[in-house]
Amino acid sequence: MRKRKTQVALRVNGEDVEVAFVPHKTLLEVLREDLGLTGTKHGCELGECGTCAVLVDGKPVLSCLALALDMEGREITTVEGLAQNGRLHPLQEAFADLGAAQCGYCTPGFLCTSKALLERNADPAREEIEEALAGNLCRCTGYLKILEAVELAAARMRQEKTRGR
Amino acid sequence: MNERTHRAGKVVGTSFRRIDGRAKVTGLTKFADDLALPRMLACKLVRSTEAHANIKRVDVSRAMRKKGVVAIITGKDLPIPFGILPVSQDEHALALDKVRYVGDPVVAIAAVDEDVAFEAMDLVRIEYEPLQPIFSVEDALKHPTPQIHDYAEEGNLHRKVSLEFGDMEAGWREAEHTREDLIFYEGNTHLPMEQHAALAQFDPDGKLTLWSSTQTPHYVHRALAKVLELPASHIRVIATPNGGGFGGKSDVFNHEIAVAKLAMITGRPVKIALTREEVFYAHRGRHPALMWVKTGVKKDGSITAMHFRSWLDGGGYGSYGVASTYYSGALQTVTYHVPRYKFEGARAFTNKAPCGPKRGHGTPQPRTALEIHLDKIAEDLGLDPVQMRRKMLVPADSLTANYLRVGSMGLGACIDKVEEGSGWRAKFRKLPFGRGVGFACGSYLSGAGLPIYWNNMPQSGVQLKLDRSGGVCCFCGSTEIGQGSDSVLAAIVAEVLGIDPFDIRVVTADTDLTPVDLGSYSSRVTLMTGNAAIQAAERARDLLTQAVAEKLLVSPVRLEFADRRVFDVEEPSKGVSFAEAVQLAEAKFGTIGTVGSYTPPASAGRYRGSGVGPSPAYSYTACVAEVEVEADTGIVKVPKIWIAHDIGRAINPTLVVGQVEGSVYMALGEALMEEQAYRTKVGGAHKMPSMLEYKSPTTREMCEVVTYLVEDPDPNGPFGAKEVGQGPLLPVMPAIANAVYDAVRARVDQIPITPDLVLKAMRAGRAGPMRVPEVRWPEPIRVPTPWEGGDGRAKP
Repeated sequence: MRKRKTQVALRVNGEDVEVAFVPHKTLLEVLREDLGLTGTKHGCELGECGTCAVLVDGKPVLSCLALALDMEGREITTVEGLAQNGRLHPLQEAFADLGAAQCGYCTPGFLCTSKALLERNADPAREEIEEALAGNLCRCTGYLKILEAVELAAARMRQEKTRGR
Repeated sequence: MNERTHRAGKVVGTSFRRIDGRAKVTGLTKFADDLALPRMLACKLVRSTEAHANIKRVDVSRAMRKKGVVAIITGKDLPIPFGILPVSQDEHALALDKVRYVGDPVVAIAAVDEDVAFEAMDLVRIEYEPLQPIFSVEDALKHPTPQIHDYAEEGNLHRKVSLEFGDMEAGWREAEHTREDLIFYEGNTHLPMEQHAALAQFDPDGKLTLWSSTQTPHYVHRALAKVLELPASHIRVIATPNGGGFGGKSDVFNHEIAVAKLAMITGRPVKIALTREEVFYAHRGRHPALMWVKTGVKKDGSITAMHFRSWLDGGGYGSYGVASTYYSGALQTVTYHVPRYKFEGARAFTNKAPCGPKRGHGTPQPRTALEIHLDKIAEDLGLDPVQMRRKMLVPADSLTANYLRVGSMGLGACIDKVEEGSGWRAKFRKLPFGRGVGFACGSYLSGAGLPIYWNNMPQSGVQLKLDRSGGVCCFCGSTEIGQGSDSVLAAIVAEVLGIDPFDIRVVTADTDLTPVDLGSYSSRVTLMTGNAAIQAAERARDLLTQAVAEKLLVSPVRLEFADRRVFDVEEPSKGVSFAEAVQLAEAKFGTIGTVGSYTPPASAGRYRGSGVGPSPAYSYTACVAEVEVEADTGIVKVPKIWIAHDIGRAINPTLVVGQVEGSVYMALGEALMEEQAYRTKVGGAHKMPSMLEYKSPTTREMCEVVTYLVEDPDPNGPFGAKEVGQGPLLPVMPAIANAVYDAVRARVDQIPITPDLVLKAMRAGRAGPMRVPEVRWPEPIRVPTPWEGGDGRAKP
């Protein structure tokens, strides 16, 4: 049974886009297949691994479980939208520097989830980082470099803020 | 072999950001399923719902009539068998006449999109005639017929192996104590975050291109040529960066061949991406292994003889299984001196997803058994298990009883590091009830000595292109699976040419563009591509040296390459930039390109089976684990692990530590929770083919890890480097098992150490296997040891 496509206005990485898709499509599918934003990955498409996490209004959302239709009028941020004006986000910088990305497949989900954490808590304790990232699976790193990278990024962001004051 | 082994490097030995690091954090890295081509079709596989059955009839007519379905193929369309090992060509892209496990692919559908293909799957009718299913080694022995494969050595035993090195009877006589143990290691799976995907395109000139998340593009290339009956020179295989491999993407897979065939039939690009459930069935993971070991020792623990048996549950196909069987007996001898050694192994075919190589390939199970066994021997003898092992170490530069050539051997230094770092002496047998420490060691290959198919060509090749821009491009068939192999190539070339790793463009894993490298398996990449890269880079440097020496009127031996310059070491201001050096060379010699290749040294063993185990260099690891056991629930927690790894030489310490921590993590999952288990009473489906139910450690279960790198350079390694991708996993499971005993004085002789087993052990003193299957072992191949005057050959 083919469904008719619906035209929807989305706001992705700070830009308005009009996109037409069949109504049962998930946000993950629309991002990857209709908008070409393949930086967001899939690991299970059942909400079990955290790989497909993106930010919706600043909060981490599993894009494999979210209907794209529900996203009208909301601010969606993917890994492609983390760098600003050609400058990497401190989390991206730290993940690359410390080897927190090995195969890199889970990395976009970890980056988005970590960004949400640092926005509500600029100086999280190790345990708070672990808790925030407990829903994201990584098979390469053993998580330790990821935790260190979040701490390093947080420290650099706090420093930058102090300097900016 | 190379004079650089002990020299400090400008690049080698320093921690630099991996060259693909920023692409990975910005979403720019293209994995296989990120690729899309115009008019691309989507492929789905209809898989068997039966564990063991003859196929009576396949009816695809209704599915074919569905709007949007473009092509459907079945086993008849791809009748030529394939398999990763020449001795196990037992797979068909789509089942031909029978299915051998739930999940065995039967039909492939290409449709305009994935939704249509998915709906068409329901319209395919397959009639099966069920056969006796076989789910264990015991089943396989009980039911020699019906045979899962008719080429099996005996009934449903795929392969039996028996090797004997030295006079065992003399060894038992010499022993002052002997002990036997029985240990079981459950199967588990790789669980890479990226599900396998492949995209095929067939162009009007008859050339096929396959992009695939594979660790072994060269072997996929060969299999495609065979099955599709195309000239290999018309096939291009590109391995996309793998989203995790761990051995799970090193076979040739059904879906890779199916999309290639569908692309040929339809003339359109065809892509498949496996679902997570399908990845659990694609498997090729750790073999479930039952192991029996008997060792004779002197009072100080030194070994007089060891007899090891393993029974492997292989699943439905051969895969790497014959190699896995030999590996389950090969590396027991490279850590501790074993003067006489006997190994018997059997692999059964069973109606479950095929097992194959997972990180450590065939060696984590026997390593676990051996290290638990030695812990018990130490206790029998009243010795400290660390002290006992320290006195038994295999010497550097020696041959083992089974003719493996050990080069550098840093295990003693590794043991010192973890013993001191963990505070072993203050903790062992001294912590309060419920807390404990355990110790174990391990060793692994830095690349298999022999290729998978017999040939006398190099195992790895590197090609360099330099041009007047000063740019260097490095081409190599190696496959980046997350371990950082592209960065290792860049580091080595940069070191030799005195430039920065980020000055180099690395092009890898493309069978049209890059020289052959056999793939990312057996921890071979750093050593083999590294040596090939050194050779290619030194040849380029020689050309530049000649041209610059002529220009500067300086003796070539006085020229140094560093900081993007070529200069006179005795008068550093006299020199040219690297780009100018290339220009001078290009003017003198013409277009500049060099090649390098690597072939491992010949192995010392000359007996049948001696092809599995030899390596240019062995890495060594020692580990102490600390555990907390909840006495009322049996739950084991691991707060901290100390691990020391003899890496030979760290090319990039950040990458090395990443591999150590990743290995500890994966081992933690294997030790405590991961199980590839099946519903054998109700049809043989996987018990938990989802990431929620197949438990793996999260941030909350991961332990603190203290890593020590021991650098004992090996003459065969590039700059002395050995492997780190697999070895550090090996000692972690037994260290945890031994720590559980220290905590509660109860033995769990089974992996994973689940709470129910801990409680059972605390009630009964031990939990673990009680019986062994009765296999009629073949007459052993008898090989005199080196110290008996042997020359590596079997007795006639």
